[in-house]
Amino acid sequence: MNHIVCIAHVPDTETKIRIAAGGVSIDEADVKWIVSPYDEYALEEALKTKEAKGGTVTAITFGPARADTGLRECLARGADDAIRIASEGLGEVDSLGVARLLAGVIKTLPHDVVWMGNKGVGTDAQVLVPMLAELLDLPHVNLVTKLEWKDGGVLARREIEGAQEIVEMPLPGVIGATKGLNEPRYASLKGIMGAKKKTIAVKTPADAGVDPATVAGEAVHVRWTKLELPPARQAVKLIPADDPAKAATELLRLLRDEAKVL
Amino acid sequence: MSNVLVFIEQRDGKVRKSSLEALTLGRNLSAKTGGALAAVVAGSGISGLAAELAGYGAAKVFVADKPELQLFSCEGYTAALDAAATAFKPSIVLASATVMGRDVAPRFAARRGVSVLSDVMTLDVAAGRLTGERPVYSGKARVLVTAAPSAEIQVATPRPNVFPASKADVAAAGEVVPLDLGTLRIRAKVVKVEAAQAGEIDVAEADKIVTGGRGIKGPESWSVLRALCHELGAALGASRAAVDAGWIGHEHQVGQTGKVVSPSLYIACGVSGAIQHLAGMGSSKVIVAINKDPEAPIFKVATYGIVGDLFQIVPAMTEAAKKLKA
Ligand SMILES: Cc1cc2nc3c(=O)[nH]c(=O)nc-3n(C[C@H](O)[C@H](O)[C@H](O)COP(=O)(O)OP(=O)(O)OC[C@H]3O[C@@H](n4cnc5c(N)ncnc54)[C@H](O)[C@@H]3O)c2cc1C
Ligand SMILES: Nc1ncnc2c1ncn2[C@@H]1O[C@H](COP(=O)(O)O)[C@@H](O)[C@H]1O
Repeated sequence: MNHIVCIAHVPDTETKIRIAAGGVSIDEADVKWIVSPYDEYALEEALKTKEAKGGTVTAITFGPARADTGLRECLARGADDAIRIASEGLGEVDSLGVARLLAGVIKTLPHDVVWMGNKGVGTDAQVLVPMLAELLDLPHVNLVTKLEWKDGGVLARREIEGAQEIVEMPLPGVIGATKGLNEPRYASLKGIMGAKKKTIAVKTPADAGVDPATVAGEAVHVRWTKLELPPARQAVKLIPADDPAKAATELLRLLRDEAKVL
Repeated sequence: MSNVLVFIEQRDGKVRKSSLEALTLGRNLSAKTGGALAAVVAGSGISGLAAELAGYGAAKVFVADKPELQLFSCEGYTAALDAAATAFKPSIVLASATVMGRDVAPRFAARRGVSVLSDVMTLDVAAGRLTGERPVYSGKARVLVTAAPSAEIQVATPRPNVFPASKADVAAAGEVVPLDLGTLRIRAKVVKVEAAQAGEIDVAEADKIVTGGRGIKGPESWSVLRALCHELGAALGASRAAVDAGWIGHEHQVGQTGKVVSPSLYIACGVSGAIQHLAGMGSSKVIVAINKDPEAPIFKVATYGIVGDLFQIVPAMTEAAKKLKA
């Protein structure tokens, strides 16, 4: 089976966020970048499946040269190949644009399962799984926490509001992973050494069969028009706790009369 | 003039509250631009829902009523939305950012060659263009997104529990328009739904949440928090530390790798307030922190705080809540 894993290279959640000049993006100086945590579940499941059933795992990302570090991490954990669609020179690209570029390259590769995370942490759009599936003309199941392999397809469990759904999907298809699916492995020393020797295939939008004018510039439908730090929260109102019963009564009074949430 | 089409999520024949929020929002947007408002709903045996939707201002209700739409399939439900859009020609399409809305809206958008204003906490229209805001980077920044003029259809998914739902002053016509979807191509489909424990409110939908972290010490302490939940009508949340320790299921987890919630009241008990936890609950309207460590970061985002032992404070709150109700 051929597995494609889409990874987003994102700022570590602990990273301090500063707004860059221009006010629409973050200042990337001093940002530590990681493979988006959900994509780690996707990669892990692809690797586990390959180990059990054979096949290949290809990691793919759309991003600038620094994203190669994320791809190397995937190679070190056991991916066979890595592809980067170069974002340099395109400027802002919205989710549909990313989906178009990914779809363009994935169409040229054999693919039984396209693995993704349920969201790219940081920008948290949570739209690419259904979008990419649509552009590839594939079914998808998102937010998967458990997976069973069946003849020609999968049986996936996912969490919805107040319930769990069991979804049946034939392959080929797109699977969006989330926490609970597995415990991602660490790269072994051997894996890290091996990954250094592998090459990352860098592709242009043209290689993806995509005219840059259809994903960048005027073609961007949803734009980031302003990025700002959140307004400072008011300082906490501390309630003395010497007498728990009194403290609790006072808190509930405030919640009812001042905050008006009870 | 912007016609607005709202995707309505029904489960077991009941319209979700979040869909009524989206419909109310759609009504406000259409009123602002002088456009018309319509709703679309898919399922089986659901034609009766139109009256309720008319009460919220839907002039037309597109209904895809078919046995094979009884359970959710993204392809089937997207086909319904797509057919309604073809008939109604909206310039704005809304679906609440629930699990279902997050499946259907992006698939529809990709089919129409546009992107999505995803998970917005504010949404407005000016000169026919949608703008909305949402927190990004674990709540450390806030972005304003705008639909460009080149987008023929603007698709947005408003976050549940943020926008109010209210009936229209005067009910609209609610004209039922049956959708003929022809032969559906459904590949991935729900074959079974397992409901959560009876009586449990899901954190993603709750208006009030009481959350326990590692500070509760063990699974036997949930009863202490559940008693407070019961008095307040709140859902039970958990930090990742509590979930990873095996004390409770992941469906309760709030945060970056759990659920993102925006209740009006969030009470964090024995939760330190790590950035990944704040990413999930930082947009709550009122936050209460109960923690014995005065330096815990949760106090930086809290509205009210009590520095103390949760095993003393939480039962006292339960008692106080009982008295308040009496
Ligand atoms: C990629 C990534 C994703 C993550 N996603 C999430 C996520 O979705 N959700 C999440 O919650 N975390 C997430 N985390 C983990 C997060 O970093 C923290 O480790 C976690 O939130 C800590 O949980 P906690 O506050 O319950 O535990 P702790 O940090 O151990 O805090 C326990 C608190 O309880 C207090 N306490 C102890 N005893 C008492 C008492 N008797 N009375 C009152 N207070 C008491 C302590 O003072 C302390 O502040 C993620 C981490 C990473 C790296
Ligand atoms: N730049 C990217 N390159 C490759 N895959 C991506 C990229 N951005 C997002 N993805 C994939 O899409 C998923 C959902 O991302 P999003 O819809 O942006 O929240 C991620 O978990 C990745 O699997």
